[in-house]
Amino acid sequence: MSRELRPSAAGADVGAGWGQAPVKDVTRIPIVSDQDIVVARQKGRVLAQQMGFSNSNLTLIATAISELARNILRYAKRGEMTLGILQNNGRDGFVVVAADKGPGIADVARALELGYSTSGSLGLGLPGVRRLMDDFEIVSKVGKGTTVTATKWR
Amino acid sequence: MAVPILKQGAYLIASVQSALTDADLLELRNALVEMVGRYRSRGVIIDVTAMDVMDSFASRTLRDIAHMIRLRGAETVIVGIQPEVAFTMVQLGLTLEGVATALDLEEGLAFLDRGAKKIGGQVGATS
Repeated sequence: MSRELRPSAAGADVGAGWGQAPVKDVTRIPIVSDQDIVVARQKGRVLAQQMGFSNSNLTLIATAISELARNILRYAKRGEMTLGILQNNGRDGFVVVAADKGPGIADVARALELGYSTSGSLGLGLPGVRRLMDDFEIVSKVGKGTTVTATKWR
Repeated sequence: MAVPILKQGAYLIASVQSALTDADLLELRNALVEMVGRYRSRGVIIDVTAMDVMDSFASRTLRDIAHMIRLRGAETVIVGIQPEVAFTMVQLGLTLEGVATALDLEEGLAFLDRGAKKIGGQVGATS
C-alpha cells in the first residue's frame, strides 16, 4: 500500500474522505469537546477489535484517532470523525476520516514535519499519525477546512 | 476528581482508573502540584496501568507534571506503562525524556525509597 499525500491541491474536495471505495460499519462521531476524543478512540478500538487487530495495533489505532480528534478541537473547534471498514480486493482496512470546516492548513508539508506546531503542542500529532497508520492522506484548503484520511490494513 | 490521589507516608500515589480526558489530565496536574506542598510530599507516583492511550497530549502533560513536581522539590515516577502503549509511544516519538519510569507500583516505591533525588537529578540532566 502506498502512502498517499496530497498537500492542499487546488480545488481539493475537502470532506470527500475515502472516495468511491466501499466502506461498511460506518460510525460518525461529532467532535465538539474533549470528551468526544475519548468516545472516538473507544469506538475505534471496539471496531478494530471486531476486525481482529492485535492489541498493539488496537492501541496504535486508538492513539491515532486521539491525535486526529484533538487536532480538530484545537484548530477547528468542531468537526466530525468517521470510522469504518474499507474493503479493497478482499482486504479489510480500518479507516478513519477526520473532517472539519476550520481554518485549514496553509503549509501541509510543514504541518507534517516532526516538531512543527502553530499551537505550542509537541508537533508530533500529524507526523505521528502518518507513522502509526499505513495509508495517510490530508486534503486542506485555507478558509475551507481539513480532511485527514488514514487507514490501517488488517 | 477523575484520578484518586492517596497519601502514603511521604509519597502521593495517583492511580489512573479509566480513560482520561484532556481536562482530567490538567486537573490531575494541578491537584498534584498543590498537594505536594500541602502534604510536604517527597515523591509522587502516577500509576498509568489503566490508561488506554498515551497520546502526545497525555505524554506532554505527564512530563509537565514531573517537571513541575521537581521544581516543587519532590520526585515523580510514572509506573505501569503497558507494552502496547510503550510500542505506540515510541512510534510517535514520545519518550518522556527526563521523567523517571518504573515497571509497577512496587518498583516505583522502591525507586523513591532509594533516594529519587539523586537518580532523578541524573535523568533530568540529560533532558
